[in-house]
Amino acid sequence: MIELQHVSKAFNGVPVIDDLSLNIARGEFTVILGSSGSGKSTLLKMVNRLLEHDSGRILFSGEEIRSFRPEAIRRRMGYAIQSVGLFPHWSVEKNIATVPTLLKWPAERIQARVTELMTLLQLAPELYRKRYPHQLSGGQQQRVGVARALAGKPEVLLMDEPFGALDPVTRAALQLEIARIHKVFGTTIVLVTHDIDEALSLATNIVLLDHGRIVQSGTPLQMLSSPANDFVTDFFGRSDIGIKLLGMQSVATRLRVGESAAGEPVLASLSLREALSMFLVRRVERLPVVDADGHALGAMNFSDLLDLRP
Amino acid sequence: MRVMAWVKNRVLAVLVLTGLAAALGLPFLTHAPNRLVSGTGISLAQLVKDTAGHPTDIWLVLLPALLLVAAVFMRPARRTQTAVYVAATLFLTGLAALAAHHATQLADQSGAIARTALGAAFWLLAAFSWLAATDAMQRLALRPGWRLLTAAAVIVPLGLMLAAGAFKDLSLLKEYANRQDVFSAALGQHVQIVLASLLPALLMGVPLGLASNRSLSLRAPLFAVLNVIQTVPSIALFALLMAPLALLSASVPVLAQLGIKGIGLAPAVIALTLYALLPLVRSTAAGLSQVPAPVIEAAQGMGLTARQVFWRVQLPLALPVFLSGLRVATVQTIGMAVVAALIGAGGFGAIVFQGLLSGALDLVLLGVLPVVAMAVAVDALLKALALALESDT
Repeated sequence: MIELQHVSKAFNGVPVIDDLSLNIARGEFTVILGSSGSGKSTLLKMVNRLLEHDSGRILFSGEEIRSFRPEAIRRRMGYAIQSVGLFPHWSVEKNIATVPTLLKWPAERIQARVTELMTLLQLAPELYRKRYPHQLSGGQQQRVGVARALAGKPEVLLMDEPFGALDPVTRAALQLEIARIHKVFGTTIVLVTHDIDEALSLATNIVLLDHGRIVQSGTPLQMLSSPANDFVTDFFGRSDIGIKLLGMQSVATRLRVGESAAGEPVLASLSLREALSMFLVRRVERLPVVDADGHALGAMNFSDLLDLRP
Repeated sequence: MRVMAWVKNRVLAVLVLTGLAAALGLPFLTHAPNRLVSGTGISLAQLVKDTAGHPTDIWLVLLPALLLVAAVFMRPARRTQTAVYVAATLFLTGLAALAAHHATQLADQSGAIARTALGAAFWLLAAFSWLAATDAMQRLALRPGWRLLTAAAVIVPLGLMLAAGAFKDLSLLKEYANRQDVFSAALGQHVQIVLASLLPALLMGVPLGLASNRSLSLRAPLFAVLNVIQTVPSIALFALLMAPLALLSASVPVLAQLGIKGIGLAPAVIALTLYALLPLVRSTAAGLSQVPAPVIEAAQGMGLTARQVFWRVQLPLALPVFLSGLRVATVQTIGMAVVAALIGAGGFGAIVFQGLLSGALDLVLLGVLPVVAMAVAVDALLKALALALESDT
């Protein structure tokens, strides 16, 4: 879907992106992770040509992005940013309709799309349609921002630290929302963040950036279980990397099929991190496991937690 | 201390107390046998009876005045504020009606060359009742549109009385009647000076503001120059322009034919244009620079073209600040155009200076009042426009 080939970018002679190559496949939820100054926002903005790359090639659906007009390519990509950037003089409805209006959709189709997106992002359409951004809470504004980015049915959704300014509860709710949208619609999403937990919980593919280079990329599980070097280990938090790793896998991966155990059964879809908590709270060495319908599947031993297959 | 505890509206209390002092201590009307001698004062108390000794309609003033006094001690509920607003409007109307009625009576007795002028007490009481009404309105916290309407409603009765000719025997209106054609010409000239100054100022100021928003290297020197211009006194600037313009018109005959000379309209318009530039350039630049950067970035990221970003996002968001700058520039130009009469540009200034030189206070007022009215009207109009835009967003 998006391919970067040996891309470099410098600001006033200081390199920000350094000979970077990356392939973002259709349907992936790619999280570009890095500390501030790692070049992650620059990378994102080069994709929709808010910034121009100095050298290398960036391909979108197999075509060099410079072969398009910048506006044309941006209208095919959704864009959501941290400070939301809602147009303060436009109603929620008009904000969401920005790209469809630019694409000259017929009025009924725009109307229907706005209603659909507001419902999807749990903003009651009849209640909020005519409101202005300053009449909304921060979380609601960000929901409108996401709805606006999705409105033109973009082929890819670019998000630049979209949840950075939100409180933890609101942030978690919106993360859940965006994960659901990815799962249901299979939208290709590229999200930039410095929040490790956000990256681990949302990404199908993490790209860890440092000083404009990719340090390592892979699934969250790969990043935790086989870090490429000390930088990666340090970045993900040396001390609780094991706990994070347990959070990535489910009880189903450790199931002893057909075995049985006493006590309250746990779901196979439970994360190992939650299972660990169960073992400790209940002071048991063995837990019975059931599926979502309550049928017994087997059991899991405390020692099975150690079986960390890469 | 105990009295202070009873006072619920301190603003109104101050207005009522000073108003009372003015009403008792200063003349409400002055009457003179002709326009050149200074007249004798007539106090408000003397108006209880008319010139023939019959009781007058003074209750028109007393009743609302009593209401205002009572309101000082009432809890500031919305009802009280509305009552204060209505009472102040009635009080102002009553004052004017009383003055007009008495002036007509005096005129009937003492002939056409006698002059009855409004005295200090009238002007102060009128100003205080306007303030009381405005204060009450402020406390009512009305919507922008209503605020403007109610503010205008205070002077509507006066306007109706003026139109009906009720004030014709006051000296101000007598001066007007004597100089109607001069007044109309002055009005035309004044509007001409203001428009001729503002239009080029807008045509230059807005592009300069846009440019200074784009390039910081332009902004500093541009504002430095405009600031210097603003600090030059207007009379000095007129004088500075005289010599070069006279020289120019002497050496280029076409310009002289167009009426461009060292004195008159040309230097006045040039000077006023230069003065109007600073507020216009500054408000254009300030309006644009206060548009949040993320909003512009989001607009670009959505795929708006540079032109769409400007017209759909930057311009509407910058407009309220720009309008406040336009307000300042317009009001300033209307006021400064008075001084332009000194170099022969005409306008209401001509009437003002004629009055000053002949010591006729009413003539001065005849020149000043329309300028004030014009400035207040334009100010209110542009303010309302800005508020309407703001409440829209």
